[in-house]
Amino acid sequence: MLFSGVSLALEAGGALHVAGPNGIGKSSLLRILAGLARPFSGELTRQGNLSLLDERLALDEHQPLGKALGFWCRIDGCAPAAHTELLGLDDLLDVPVRYLSTGQRKRAALARMIGQQSPIWLLDEPLNGLDAEGVSLLETLTHDHCTHGGIAVIASHQPFRFDGLETIQLADFAQ
Amino acid sequence: MSTVWQILRRDLARLLPGSPRAGGRGGTLLPLLFFLAVATIYPMAVGPDAPLLARTGGGVIWVAALLAAILPLDRLVAPDLEQGFFDQWALRGISEEAVIAIRTLAHWLSFGPPLMIAAIPASALLGIDGATLRIVELGLLAGTPGLAAIGVTIAALTAGLRTGAALSGLLLIPLAVPLLIFGAGALAGDSGSAIALAGAISLVLVAIAPFAGGAAIRASREG
Repeated sequence: MLFSGVSLALEAGGALHVAGPNGIGKSSLLRILAGLARPFSGELTRQGNLSLLDERLALDEHQPLGKALGFWCRIDGCAPAAHTELLGLDDLLDVPVRYLSTGQRKRAALARMIGQQSPIWLLDEPLNGLDAEGVSLLETLTHDHCTHGGIAVIASHQPFRFDGLETIQLADFAQ
Repeated sequence: MSTVWQILRRDLARLLPGSPRAGGRGGTLLPLLFFLAVATIYPMAVGPDAPLLARTGGGVIWVAALLAAILPLDRLVAPDLEQGFFDQWALRGISEEAVIAIRTLAHWLSFGPPLMIAAIPASALLGIDGATLRIVELGLLAGTPGLAAIGVTIAALTAGLRTGAALSGLLLIPLAVPLLIFGAGALAGDSGSAIALAGAISLVLVAIAPFAGGAAIRASREG
């Protein structure tokens, strides 16, 4: 058992930073919130679609980035170029995903997630590999998302800052 | 419906022989070459005995088909599970069952029809006559969807395992026995009913595969 007694509720516009040291169960909590793992006991209700960003890209490694993102765009029904320019990916669309750097991969995953256009964002260690400019870009994007009525849950051991972001220390609930 | 088509298109691009999306790495061209290589080697091993070759040739085609169906197993499900594709599909409400059903179709399309075409030159190498070739082809048509269904199910079951690739071949062969008995057995006598039985087994396997495979993927996610 990783943690117990965790209770949280988020409404439209709410943002939550799940903080804590490595191995405390931040990713597990996010996977439970996403419905991909079951809690040992407890209840989970949500309204609206959610999108998940974790360390796995879900982009075909041998494909050029543009085509790999295009696959999800056609499923999600988004415009193919949505957000790639903002994330600084426009020059990389012809580069196979396997040649991208760690930070570029994170940006690519962000483009995939934003393209999904779902109201709930679950971000698992979104800052890993991002440079300072990328970090502030992500903070701005998340803030914008929440001010437009979205919900964001960010699991990160690194600081994540914007107005209206609540923080929960998962270590307080550790077993 | 368009989602199903998008996923099928991606699956086919990854599995079809020589597709550019597979990075020019040949996809399932390898199993086909393997299939033809077996058909070429066999007469050399048995010797130039035409009646013996013709009598056993159909069986050899079936065994080669079985082995060719095993070769791409480790690429069928495991990479997508590792890279998080199944998680992303689940978040979008696309069930594992649907993805596995699509993948079964894609796997069959990638080796079934090409194999049936390759069986024609193989039959020439083995000295099989036209009537027997027709039975072999019908048997392959009835049996290979079942092989594809077993293959995808096993691939899903072993996707979370470290030694999945070696294990999946071992697991598939016993499950393929009924298909081989009736598919290859069509050559021995009452071909019509044997092919019908192979087809029936195929249908059952194709019907089970999405549910077994989907459950396997969810189980590996929990673990």
